[in-house]
Amino acid sequence: MGEILRVDNMNVYYGAIHAVKGISFNVNEGEIVTLIGANGAGKSTTLQTVSGLLKSTTGDIRFMGESLMHVPAHKIVEKGLAQVPEGRRIFLQMTVQENLEMGAFVRGNEGIEESLENVFEQFPRLKERRTQIGGTLSGGEQQMLAMGRALMSNPKLLMLDEPSMGLAPILVEQIFDIIKELHKRGTTILLVEQNAQMALSVADRAYVLETGRITLSGTGAELAASDEVRKAYLGG
Amino acid sequence: MEFLSYLISGISLGSVYAIIALGYTMVYGIAKMLNFAHGDVIMVGGYLSYYAMFSFGLPWFVALPASMIVCACIGMLIERLAYKPLRQAPSLAVLITAIGVSYFLQNSALLIFGANPKTYSNPFQSVNPDGSINAGISLFGGQLTITYVSIVTIISCIIIMLALNFFTSKTKMGKAMRACSEDKGAAQLMGINVNRTISITFAIGSALAAVAGVLLCSSYTLIQPTTGSMPGIRAFTAAVFGGIGSIPGAFLGGLLIGIIESLAKAYISTQLSNSIVFAVLIIVLLVRPAGLLGKYVPEKV
Repeated sequence: MGEILRVDNMNVYYGAIHAVKGISFNVNEGEIVTLIGANGAGKSTTLQTVSGLLKSTTGDIRFMGESLMHVPAHKIVEKGLAQVPEGRRIFLQMTVQENLEMGAFVRGNEGIEESLENVFEQFPRLKERRTQIGGTLSGGEQQMLAMGRALMSNPKLLMLDEPSMGLAPILVEQIFDIIKELHKRGTTILLVEQNAQMALSVADRAYVLETGRITLSGTGAELAASDEVRKAYLGG
Repeated sequence: MEFLSYLISGISLGSVYAIIALGYTMVYGIAKMLNFAHGDVIMVGGYLSYYAMFSFGLPWFVALPASMIVCACIGMLIERLAYKPLRQAPSLAVLITAIGVSYFLQNSALLIFGANPKTYSNPFQSVNPDGSINAGISLFGGQLTITYVSIVTIISCIIIMLALNFFTSKTKMGKAMRACSEDKGAAQLMGINVNRTISITFAIGSALAAVAGVLLCSSYTLIQPTTGSMPGIRAFTAAVFGGIGSIPGAFLGGLLIGIIESLAKAYISTQLSNSIVFAVLIIVLLVRPAGLLGKYVPEKV
């Protein structure tokens, strides 16, 4: 198993606010790795920095051995790194199909139909709603669309930012089933979650983020059993 | 018959406003800024075509695309030099910069071309064998004349509308533009180069301004450094009227403003025509604050 993503000493500031304080972590090929932590711990900031929307002032971010520190955000997707952003952020005024096409923006026309079929197979609901405007979908459907859209770029690493946010428990289960299914098919996943219980149940490895620092790391099972994590995040 | 003639001149005027309004609305939709220098790009396009046609003797169908290309480059240059450095700045700073660019263009034109209006001979007319000018089609035994300029203007507007509709709904770049106008961060996560998309939007808007410049100068047969100001402001009104950010809104707003202006001039008062146009704008905005076709999409959380 090769290393697919390596983050070394990442520091991110929003003006004077030091949001991420020198964190380091890595993701190996074929793994599900999760970053868990409370609101404001710096999880989304970390993902946005890996995607190039924010910049780390120090250290290095390496994807497949190549540094992303000076690569503009729109070039990072081309390298095989896709993100499903927090709050889904689908294009509300575009149709489901157009949203998916945007996901494949960096690819040529070749194989797009096939990828569309794959996404529709994974998310049959999206196929039914193909010509509908994104804004008319329900929250769960929008999450599926956001995931399908990210998959359209054929990513080597899929980063999911709070996919369970704002969804009913039954939909959360469904989204995590899909994550497991994607993993089974060979997609490497970096998952950011507040729902620590769900995240740890699917993760191979996990990192706990607290106010911009990694305070704990280990396998999913280890952390799920750890007293500290149970007290802080699992309600007991 | 009189009414029909005013209506047609209103539609023709409105078509020019619509073409200009597109530049405002597309730039607003993507860069979320009001490019008040847009009106002056019309003037630049007018002068470029003036020199191309009357100094270099080029036919209009060469002069027009040439000034479109030059204006597109000028538009991209303005964006790159004046607006791009302000991407993260408060919108007031961008607005004031746009007004500054507008003055810069007007005064550069004053310096280069002089303050005196130049006669812009209408390229859309022919001279009869007897020396009289044939400027349009006569209908109903001469009771109604539709000028060739009006016909060219209305046809241009229709072609531009169809082309833009095709561009934004069928092409990859056009869809990427819509994606950027909705959510730049998400668009970047799709691998869309937002800076390049903004640049292309300015290029398209400025090329359209050049078309408007040629049409406007051909119907007024005059050009001066302030040629673009008033039509620019009216077209901006049209864009707001139709719902700024909406392409069909710009067309509808442009046409309506043109027709209202023309009919108000004909039947109410020439002096009051501006007041009437703006009064209608105020009433529409009171009832529909987002403009006629302005979109409000509820967001599900």
